[in-house]
Amino acid sequence: MPILEAQELTYTYSIGSPFEKTAVDRMNLQIEQGEFVGIIGHTGSGKSTLMQMLNGLLKPTSGKVLLDGKDIWEKKADRRQVRFQVGLVFQYPEYQLFEETVYRDIAFGPKNMGLSEEEIDRRVRQTAEIVGLREELLEKAPYALSGGQKRRVAIAGVMAMEPKVLILDEPTAGLDPKGRVQILERLSQYHKRTGCTILLVSHSMEDVAKYASRLLVLRGGRAACYDAPANVFSRKEELEEMGLALPQITRVFAALREKGIVFPEEVYTVKYGAAMLLERLRGGGSSC
Amino acid sequence: MLKDITLGQYFPMDSVVHRMDARFKIIITMLYLVMLFLGQRIYCLLAGLLFTVTVTVCSKIPAKMILKSIKPIVPILMVTGLLNLLLLDGGDVLWQWKFLRITTEGIQTSVFMVVRICLLIAGTSLLTYTTSPITLTDAIEHLLSPLKKLKMPVHELAMMMTIALRFIPTLIEETDKIMAAQKARGADMESGNLLQRAHALVPILIPLFVSAFRRAEELALAMECRCYHGGEGRTRLRIMQSGARDYIALSLMLLLFAAVILLNTLM
Repeated sequence: MPILEAQELTYTYSIGSPFEKTAVDRMNLQIEQGEFVGIIGHTGSGKSTLMQMLNGLLKPTSGKVLLDGKDIWEKKADRRQVRFQVGLVFQYPEYQLFEETVYRDIAFGPKNMGLSEEEIDRRVRQTAEIVGLREELLEKAPYALSGGQKRRVAIAGVMAMEPKVLILDEPTAGLDPKGRVQILERLSQYHKRTGCTILLVSHSMEDVAKYASRLLVLRGGRAACYDAPANVFSRKEELEEMGLALPQITRVFAALREKGIVFPEEVYTVKYGAAMLLERLRGGGSSC
Repeated sequence: MLKDITLGQYFPMDSVVHRMDARFKIIITMLYLVMLFLGQRIYCLLAGLLFTVTVTVCSKIPAKMILKSIKPIVPILMVTGLLNLLLLDGGDVLWQWKFLRITTEGIQTSVFMVVRICLLIAGTSLLTYTTSPITLTDAIEHLLSPLKKLKMPVHELAMMMTIALRFIPTLIEETDKIMAAQKARGADMESGNLLQRAHALVPILIPLFVSAFRRAEELALAMECRCYHGGEGRTRLRIMQSGARDYIALSLMLLLFAAVILLNTLM
């Protein structure tokens, strides 16, 4: 049974006004436990709306969201529980920090869950370590931190609720390359360690290609494709038509192929590409 | 939920009234208000009614919108109407119970008051319906500019109003975002007593204030980068122009005004 499922999910903004717009249109989606899903799509393709419906912040106009097979809008009482189980990190989450210390801000979510002091303490320290915040930063005011550090505090704040599904909306937006890599690496480690399900919204094809086990491409509020990255990237024309480019490394290898240097498989991560090239160079490429 | 808040309630349309010079519209509205207060008799209000209906028709604003503007003050209208109706002396007594009585004078006055308040609101809403807030502040700045001689910071005041108006939608959007984010962390804003609810606002208000300050700082910097130095010698994107229609409208208003004064003295 998929951990999170969308059935004919639809959301329409400003129904009945001239500004009526269907952001998510009869979407069907199944997310299995432990998956790392990369979500890509243009601005206005319905990414944010979809995510807010998946954790019960927005009520679908029609259709259902199933968490562990249960409709999250069925009973009125457990909506908050849904939000604890499906953690959502918004874009630029550092703007939501409000507590006096980093520690207390990370503890906000767990405290709302009604956990014991010891459990909260354990979770705060653990998630701080996961996202790479040093112990001494915990007692500082969040506003005294650097941009990248604040971002990590905010992510830790959601992680500390130990959600079964963690959704992140462009967690690396506006960070420098070093900060981006750090956050994504930490996230990947967290995924491997806890085996939780992660949904990562990103504009960077490179990022999703590197980390995701499945890719969801959104277009006009519908799932244009939902497949393993290799299968998604093989539909190059379709992606380009949607205004999405393949990862740079894939494009390099495509250019090589046009020059007659053919590699047996499609390449979509730098690491893999480098390995392939080295192998070819060492083995003495026949096609060169 | 916060998207329902409207301010200035500008209703964009292509009409003579919308195209009029905002300065004239403000002056005319003021004359109209004074006229309503000068009118002593109920038929003086006919002039006001005539004005409101004519402007509404010319502005192509649906009559529904005008009624909507009156809706929030219905309780005030009821209280005013009832008090005048039941407590006023004079004229023939039609009905009496203890200290409450309905007299012909009372009926007249209460109808007069209610109609007057309705006309006041309808007339002023017409101004905000047909003029965008930015144009309105521009016009206020123009009209107040003589006060510059008295060292009043007129331009600065107008600029502050413009900026405040400009940032209301932005801050509303921001509040929505912060609320969603804190709800995602389990913040509970819907249950609990008053104190608990007030406490639940802290996680929203603090980030909101911080962001408002951040925006203010960024805006100040951006303005300085573009060498903003106040109103001195500053040219405008929209230059206020008055034409024949503005003078005609003003003349008609003055005629109405005179008619009311005449009616007052004659009757």
